[in-house]
Amino acid sequence: MAAALTLADVERIAALAHLELTAEEKVLFTRQLADILAYAQQVQAIDTSGVPATAHVHARQQTEREDEPHDSLSLADALGNAPDAVPDAGLFRVSRAIGG
Amino acid sequence: MVGGSARAIHDGIAAGRVSAVEVCRAFLERIEAVNPALNAFNLVAADRALARAGEIDRRRAAGESTGPLAGVPVAIKDNLCVRGMRTTASSRILDRFIPPYDATAVQRLEAAGAVIVGKTNCDEFAMGSSNENSAYGPVRNPWAADRTPGGSSGGSAAAVAARCAPLALGSDTGGSIRQPASFCGVVGLKPTYGRVSRYGLLAFASSLDQIGPIGTTASDAALALSVLAGPDPADATSSRQPVPDFMAALTGDVEGLRIGVPRAFVTEGVDEDVRQAFDEALDTLRRAGATLVDIDLPHATYATPVYYLVATAEASSNLARYDGVRYGHRSRADGNQGLKEMYSRTRDEGFGAEVKRRIMLGTYVLSAGYYDAFYLKAQQVRTLLRQDYDAAFEKADVVAMPTSPTPPFRLGEKTDDPLQMYLADVFTVSANLVGLPAISVPCGFAERSERLPVGLQLTGRLFDESTLLKLSDAYERLTDWHTQRPT
Repeated sequence: MAAALTLADVERIAALAHLELTAEEKVLFTRQLADILAYAQQVQAIDTSGVPATAHVHARQQTEREDEPHDSLSLADALGNAPDAVPDAGLFRVSRAIGG
Repeated sequence: MVGGSARAIHDGIAAGRVSAVEVCRAFLERIEAVNPALNAFNLVAADRALARAGEIDRRRAAGESTGPLAGVPVAIKDNLCVRGMRTTASSRILDRFIPPYDATAVQRLEAAGAVIVGKTNCDEFAMGSSNENSAYGPVRNPWAADRTPGGSSGGSAAAVAARCAPLALGSDTGGSIRQPASFCGVVGLKPTYGRVSRYGLLAFASSLDQIGPIGTTASDAALALSVLAGPDPADATSSRQPVPDFMAALTGDVEGLRIGVPRAFVTEGVDEDVRQAFDEALDTLRRAGATLVDIDLPHATYATPVYYLVATAEASSNLARYDGVRYGHRSRADGNQGLKEMYSRTRDEGFGAEVKRRIMLGTYVLSAGYYDAFYLKAQQVRTLLRQDYDAAFEKADVVAMPTSPTPPFRLGEKTDDPLQMYLADVFTVSANLVGLPAISVPCGFAERSERLPVGLQLTGRLFDESTLLKLSDAYERLTDWHTQRPT
């Protein structure tokens, strides 16, 4: 299975996860994640042919409800913890998304 | 006063022997005295607690109903939302987060009259087994200051052990209620998945997370679960299974109950003192009338790798929400940065090392080319583990194991080697993967330079917390481990 994890793998995963790691973190995580994955690889030796996956233990529970309006957070509450909000406009403000 | 159980405190207030305000003051004084050394609390809400206690006293004086936890101080793990009370999950990324709503578990406790004294320290986003992954510093074990209290609900367990509150809430994704309860010599119950609403719990791994009580007796755990349990429209995974009378299960009669012991699994790598305490606990229950039966859990040795694959995958998804836009920390490193840079820098500045490690691992096992080999495979082995337990519960009513293979380890002992830290969870992760209820009760001490608590773990059938509580309560009637306190 998976060849040893490389620094380039760590950089690729960090980009997917939106984590800007320091050079030291990249080196450290390359070693630690390789150790953990080597350990986790033992599951690949188990014969699971025909075994369904368990994503959730109560997957068959009925969860539908009547589609009725109910109270939710006020605009002020929803914006109250934002690092940069425009309460009057009801908006979260973020930096440039295109060309940045 | 601060030594009593939640029940005793409630009864004392209800009978007028003591006021809720007097109780509250006594516990706040206790917190003030011991917390500087323990670091069990991220926040102490003294004024709010005294106001709530005053309200309980006023209602009692007016003859109004006050609830089964009226005036009982409780500590809340800092990954559970309390409206208006800073809630951080012990993470820098939520350093200034003030929840606009209550977790359902918190709302139910307060509706039952409980008085919240503060928010307890924990591993960041409940990721850890030692409480050393907190942005606010580690919690110290009340029994031995150089040892960890366990994790991730280390602050809650330490607070109860040090009698800063008779009752606390924790959350348990892979053992985070039971292992710290074991390390601190108190009782910790992880209910069946779905038994308690997760609404308002800051999500770590949504198919595994469950909220539960930490207390000094099985009876208090039963009392708290009675308040916490039941369906909630705000959590689609909360169960509509009927909630039994948990207190009624505490009969002391365990005659004929079958305790399954997975001998092969609990023999390897277990500390000698832990093994001895475990065997003596089983012998006590056998003499009380329970029957010991050998069971086999052939896939249990794989539970730890399966857990770390499933939990980190779910965590990588859940923690994507911390992006510096709607709440929490936002990087100010560069005023001209674009949106993607802001995300990445915010998350780098806001998350600690273990959280980053788990997000990275989870992202990896979900990524193209590795999904089938790691994540899907882990979910299939999760099914095999469920089948192991189904077979075990044909022969036994509960499964017994030590809660932890070792007594509390030293601060710093495992921080450089995350894999070694993960292996400490070997006996607790299965219950989460299968959704089963499990409890840890004090069952002895390992004698080192200090006395270090050891816990017995009992795992039950889905929604059968009653049998766990019955056995634990019966065990407490025959032993005095749960009455011993750190000095």
